[in-house]
Parts: sequence; C-alpha cells; structure tokens
Amino acid sequence: MKLTLKIWRQKNAQAKGQMVTYPIDGIDGDMSFLEMMDVLNNKLINEGEEPVVFDHDCREGICGSCSMFINGEAHGPDRLVTTCQLHMRKFKDGETITIEPFRADGFPVIKDLMVDRSAFDRIQHAGGFISVNTSGNTQDANSIPIEKADADDAFAAATCIGCGACVASCKNASAMLFVSAKVSQFALLPQGQVEATDRVLNMVKQMDEEGFGNCTNTGACEVECPKGISLENIARMNREYLSASLKG
Amino acid sequence: MALDSKIPQGPLADKWTKHKNDINLVNPANKRLIDVIVVGTGLAGGSAAATLAELGYNVKAFCFQDSPRRAHSIAAQGGINAAKNYQGDGDSTYRLFYDTVKGGDYRSRESNVYRLAEVSANIIDQCVAQGVPFARDYGGLLDNRSFGGVLVSRTFYAKGQTGQQLLLGAYSAMNRQIGRGKIKMYNRHEMLDIVKVDGKARGIITRNLITGEIERHSAHAVVLGTGGYGNVFYLSTNAMGSNVTAAWKAHKRGAYFANPCYTQIHPTCIPVSGDHQSKLTLMSESLRNDGRIWVPAKKEDAIAIREGRLKPTDLKEEDRDYYLERRYPAFGNLVPRDVASRAAKERCDAGFGVNKTGEAVYLDFASAIERYGKEQAYVQHLDANDKALVKKLGQEVVKTKYGNLFQMYNKIVDQDPYNTPMMIYPAVHYTMGGLWVDYNLQTTVEGLYAIGEANFSDHGANRLGASALMQGLADGYFVLPYTIGDYLSHDIRTGPISTDTPEFEEAEQNVRKQVDALVNNEGTKAVDYFHKKLGKIMWNKCGMSRNATDLQSAIDEISALRDEFYKEVRVPGTQNEFNEELAKALRVADFLELGELFAKDALTRNESCGGHFREESVELDGPQKGEALRDDENFTFVSAWEYKGAPKDAVLHKEELNYENIEVKQRSYK
Repeated sequence: MKLTLKIWRQKNAQAKGQMVTYPIDGIDGDMSFLEMMDVLNNKLINEGEEPVVFDHDCREGICGSCSMFINGEAHGPDRLVTTCQLHMRKFKDGETITIEPFRADGFPVIKDLMVDRSAFDRIQHAGGFISVNTSGNTQDANSIPIEKADADDAFAAATCIGCGACVASCKNASAMLFVSAKVSQFALLPQGQVEATDRVLNMVKQMDEEGFGNCTNTGACEVECPKGISLENIARMNREYLSASLKG
Repeated sequence: MALDSKIPQGPLADKWTKHKNDINLVNPANKRLIDVIVVGTGLAGGSAAATLAELGYNVKAFCFQDSPRRAHSIAAQGGINAAKNYQGDGDSTYRLFYDTVKGGDYRSRESNVYRLAEVSANIIDQCVAQGVPFARDYGGLLDNRSFGGVLVSRTFYAKGQTGQQLLLGAYSAMNRQIGRGKIKMYNRHEMLDIVKVDGKARGIITRNLITGEIERHSAHAVVLGTGGYGNVFYLSTNAMGSNVTAAWKAHKRGAYFANPCYTQIHPTCIPVSGDHQSKLTLMSESLRNDGRIWVPAKKEDAIAIREGRLKPTDLKEEDRDYYLERRYPAFGNLVPRDVASRAAKERCDAGFGVNKTGEAVYLDFASAIERYGKEQAYVQHLDANDKALVKKLGQEVVKTKYGNLFQMYNKIVDQDPYNTPMMIYPAVHYTMGGLWVDYNLQTTVEGLYAIGEANFSDHGANRLGASALMQGLADGYFVLPYTIGDYLSHDIRTGPISTDTPEFEEAEQNVRKQVDALVNNEGTKAVDYFHKKLGKIMWNKCGMSRNATDLQSAIDEISALRDEFYKEVRVPGTQNEFNEELAKALRVADFLELGELFAKDALTRNESCGGHFREESVELDGPQKGEALRDDENFTFVSAWEYKGAPKDAVLHKEELNYENIEVKQRSYK
C-alpha cells in the first residue's frame, strides 16, 4: 500500500520541531509499524537524509521502549498493543498517518520521536521496591501463602511496561496509572505491607515533583494502556495514600 | 597462557561451600573504598549491581537502553527452574545438575553446573521476598510447569512474562541502591572499550548515546553482563539493540572467547513473513506442555494447505504426523530445543511445511483445550459431553495459562490460535558460547568478569528451557558477589583509579579513531544492508545444520563482507548527537568479526553436539539412526579462542572437560 506519513522532526531538545511529510510506497499489511518506519529510514539514508529517530528495542511488546503517538493515540489505533506490535493491516491504502512523540512536561523530547522518560525511573527510586537484601537468606518461598486472587491482581498490576502511554493519553499528563500500578503490586502482597506507608507517600511526592498532572478520572489512560492496567489501581493508590497520610 | 579453571578440590556437592569458606573477604569499611563497574542491567548485570552495592561497594552501572528495566531479559517468557521439589516428583539438586549437563550434551563444566543447581532454590526465595508475583495455586502456594528435556515440574513462572517479573525484581533492588546513592546509573551509554592497567581491567570507555560524548570511567574491577550475540544472525528473538560489542572489545583486550559456535535455535518461534522482517518473536517453550506439534502425514495435504485449499482443522487425526511423539516416545513434545528444532527442519526440508514458504509446522492446542475443558466440566458439575461447552471451558483455562502469548500470536499473524493451530518454525534465540570464565566467573583478563549469557559456563552445547533466567540471577545475586570479593581484597589499599593515564588515553583514542572513520566514510550503503547480508550467510551456512564446505565458504564470505563494509558503509549525521546508525555501525563491525570466528569454531569442532550439528557426524545405524553423534574422544573440551588480530589468526586453547560424577553417554530422548 501507499501511505502519506506526517512525522514530527526535531533536531534536539533545544531546537524547534515541525511536522514533515513523507510519501511511502510498497508497504505490506504483514509489516509491523516499526518495520514500516525501517523502510522509510532506509529510503532516507539512501537519499542522503537523516533517518527518523525513535525508541525501540525488543519489538515484541514487552520492553516498553517504543512510544509513538499515532493518529492522535498512544501506540496507534489497535488496542492492547505497543507500537511495535501494531501491524500495517490496521491501515488502509492511501491513508495519511500522523506520528508524534509522547508529549508531556515530564517527558521532554530528545530528538524526533524520542523522549526522555527517566522521570519514571526516579519515581521508582523513591520507593518502588521492597527493602530486602539480596543475600538469599530469606525464608522459604512457600512459607508465605498468598491468596490466588491477590497474587493474580498483583501480577496484573506488575505487568506495566513503563512505556508512558498513560501519561501521553491523559489531558493532564498524569502519571497516576503508572505509579498506582507499582503501589498496587506491593500493596496487594504481604511482603509489601511493611513499607507501605512510606512507599506511597514518597512515590507520589516524586511524581508531583516531576511535573506530572493530577488525575481527573477521565480514563483515557486505561483505554490506551498496551497492557490493560486497570483504573482500579488508581483507586487503590488513593486509598493507600489517604490512609498513609492519616498515619503520617 | 594455560587455562586454569580454578575448580575447588573436594567432592562435587561440597565445592561451593568450601570455596566460599576459603576465599578472602573485604571488610565493610574497606568496601567503601572500592569501585566496581557493571555493564548491562539485565538479570545478571542488574542483580549483580544491586548486590554489590548492597554489600557496600561503589557501583557504576551502564546500559544502552533508556532505563535498566528495558534490558532484554524482560522478554523471557516461560519460566525459571529451581530444584525446590515442591511437587514431590523426585526433583533434587543432583537431578537439576544432571539434566543440565545431559541437556548441554556433556560439554559444560560439572562444578559450575552443580553450583548453579545448588543456588537455584534460593533464587525463588529471594524473588518472592522482593515481591515478584509468581503464579500460585488456589492454596496460595507456588505453581510449577514442565519444560523440555526433563521429567519433573520444576519451572516457576509468572504467566508468559516471567523474565519481565524477575527483571523488575532486580530493577527494584537496583532502584533501592540508586536511591541510596550506592549505584550511579548511566542510561543510554554504550561501552566501546576496556581499559587495562598493568594487565588488570581498570575501566571502560563509553559513548553517551544522546550527546555522543566519549567518556572514561575507572574502577577496581569490571563486570560484563551484556548478554548474548544471537543478532549476528540479523534475525533472532533478541532485541534490536542486543549486541556483542562489549564482549568483543573484551576479547580484543585479551579475554578468550569460548565456544562461539554453540547457538540455540529455538523450535517455537513465529515464522518469517517476508523480507521486511526486522526480528522474530518467540512463542514460549511452556506451550509445549500443552501444545502438540505436527505436520500433515501426506505430502499432498501439505501442498494443499500451503496453497490455501485445505485448512489444518479439516485434517483427520490419522492424516497428521505428530513427529516428535512418533520419534521420541519418552519425551514427546518436550524433547530439548536442539532436538525439536532439527526435527522441524527435517520435516520441512522433506516437503511437509505448512505455510507459504514451506517453513512452518503446527503447534496445536485442540487436545489440551478438550482435556482442560472436560476437567472443568467435572469440577463444576457440568455436562462433559457438551462439546461446545467443553471447548469454551478449555479455552478459558488455556487463556489463563498462556493468554498473553496467544494474544501476541494473534496480533502478529492475524489468526486465532484458540481455534486453529499456531504455525511455528525454529529461530535463533540464545548463545551458549561467550567469554571464557573460570569458576570465579573471571575471564582471562584479571579483574574482568563475565556473567549471565555473556559467559560460556553453564549450558554446554545446548541450554535447557527456563535455565537462562536461573543462571543470570545465580551469577548476579549469589556467585559473583562472593568470588569478586576474593579479587578485590587485594585492592583495599589501591585507592581510586585515575583516568588520567596513558592507558585510558590510548583506549579513548582507539574509540575515537573508530567512530571518526565510520562517520566520515564515503560509502553508499546503509548499515542494515551489511547486517542482513551477514545474517543470511550465518543462517544458511552456520545455522541448524553445518558442514565443512559451507563453513569454509562462510569464513571467506564474511571476511569479504567485512572489507566491503569498511569501504561502502554510509553513516549519516554526526557523532555529536543521537545517531542510531552510528551505534548500529559500531555493533555490526564487531558482528562481522565475531561471525568469522563463529564459523571457524564450528569448522574446527568436527562433531555434532547440542545445538552444533555437523552433517558429517551422525549415527549411521541402530535405534539412534540419524541422530547427532558426539565425538567424545576428540572433542570433550571447551574451545577458548585468543585474539591475534584477525579472526582467521585466532589461536585455540583447550579446556579439557572431566566428568567425575556423571557418566557420559549418548543423549537419548526416545
């Protein structure tokens, strides 16, 4: 198929960016979106131009690197997939596709479609862990039985890949879905109880310092999340935060 | 230099305990005076960085991704082995050790494998304490599944995202130390050289991928947890950025490279769909617990399926050839990966392949869906003879077990694997070869360590499923933190290592020269052109089936391709900015050298063992006819290659393998 791509080009963090139009031909429905971008980039290189920069690595939907805003949606029109798993069969011949970076104050653009998501790491440094030494001298794994429903919910929250689609989709650029997924994973497990109070307070504080907005329960994050992280996690985090605040 | 594997004396089961008691320790106050560099933040690097920092060392950790959480360990699907014997099915440390040595086709070091099996149970305890949400049963206890090449259920898992959950566990342990300032994290940095001072590894040269800045970093020891080199094949299940550069630079600085030809070609991957393909996607081996592998028994049916005239679901049971169950009745669909891959190739080469290219076989869940559905019908007191109901119940069970894998398959292939069998074909997945290390995980360069997939030590010629995660975490959490202390105990009075020395200057200039040459090359072809070409040579001549003629021509072709690369490659942009083409060019340059050494190693090893299959070395008759034939008399050794300028000049050193606790015999899975 033949497509028209409108892509955000920006030389570096300081430069002013703009949309640039590229026609492209010979795209097969079985190609992934990033393979389509590879075709474009190899064409640009052969024409002596600079290729479009974007983050990508595993190309199987788990590393959370890819981060394109396609036709106004994080990771494009398909549901429960990252950009690397989006396939061109979701587009029609002759279509125009707009491709932008994930935009948020907390995610400054590095170059073209690549943004800096290190704010997510810093939020995790503030409390995204259980303080247990890695000596291996812990108790036997089966000495802490965990109700299956709780274990499954903790797992579901833990499948967040940290891509930032939730932030990019939110009109307030809120990182609540991301932060609440980590808080929930530990809140649901007995191992996470000991530090629960400090964890939620510290992570939320860091989230606010990074310039992410607040949650107004629109739910766009849940719709666009490639891993289907549920809004329930935000409710759980609010509960945790409230009770932690009361404890002080 | 003679290879000294430094295996401790004494009975196998006591070696590790005794060794830990014998080696030197560094007191906590002195640990604060010692710096350690860890390159790579996957399961091995991440767990090592966290543990070393926790012990008190000053750690600098490096990764090329934008966050340590994105290292490719994240993509491991199926599970992690541990000899817990929670199922009471006869598992033990010895059995895990035995299975691993046998699965590796008797080409791994006994003492290392035993230690791995010994610490495996601790890994599960550790991860649960960290909050890793492993799958549990209704009693709240941990669940297990089976993997290939074994007869027990010892694999712990978190749906099809085990690697992700384990890596996030290691990442969280790192985060705790980053937050305390004990790990200084350098994201988006690529290691481009090792710096040696007085023969010891004392630092690295990196390139900041955002600014292009070339930086010097010093430490008392350097640890590489930089993964495998499967991307030498261009198409593999590795991430796009996975590369051999760190290991190769270490090799060029004196670290021997062991068994480069030992590659794991994984039997269950989504087949190639066209020339545009940039990478391949694995469908976890855990699917072989419940999926049955087959091709049509009649060639005309295979042709009809390829041409779209016949659907797989239309084929009657008696017209299907469940070739693994037929050839290997004892292990059936759960034979080791190398065996399953060759069997798939054999059927497809014989004309029974089922997709357009003729390079695919079926992985079918219909009977598992029926089995689980019936079980659920009984449990819920429903009608077990209602076919539609049974199917629905069965599909729900399969969904809870493998939901994310089925969804991935559906998105990529656009078919529904709940209702039609998956199509799969072998693809490059893991490299057992890597930097040679001794029992302490130290390379042949003093103070330079290699852990996880980056080293060669535990899997012999073939890795069993769910053992990579085990090894990465064993090395990083429990082995290296002890053994490196023995080395660092001599450095308590050394003081900080200066980067303002001729050695650092030389290494930095070395990197700058290479970067300048690539950026200023007046070529006309993109990096991918060369990488794809290299991949084709590797797959066709150094892939699942190898012979002397092909291997020799691979050596010649790769060497010629390398010359062409330096003449013709075009790297757009400059070096002082984010420049992915430059990063790729630097990696492909190293693959072009490694590829040749790989072929040379495969040519030298004139026997079939594990993933290395030489057409010249097969059983000619008897019950094992057609199976791979090892040559124990001549090849019971590790090939450790010393760098001498060009890959063709590399010098072979042999580490003889001694089996004192296991009887070496022909692997049989029949």
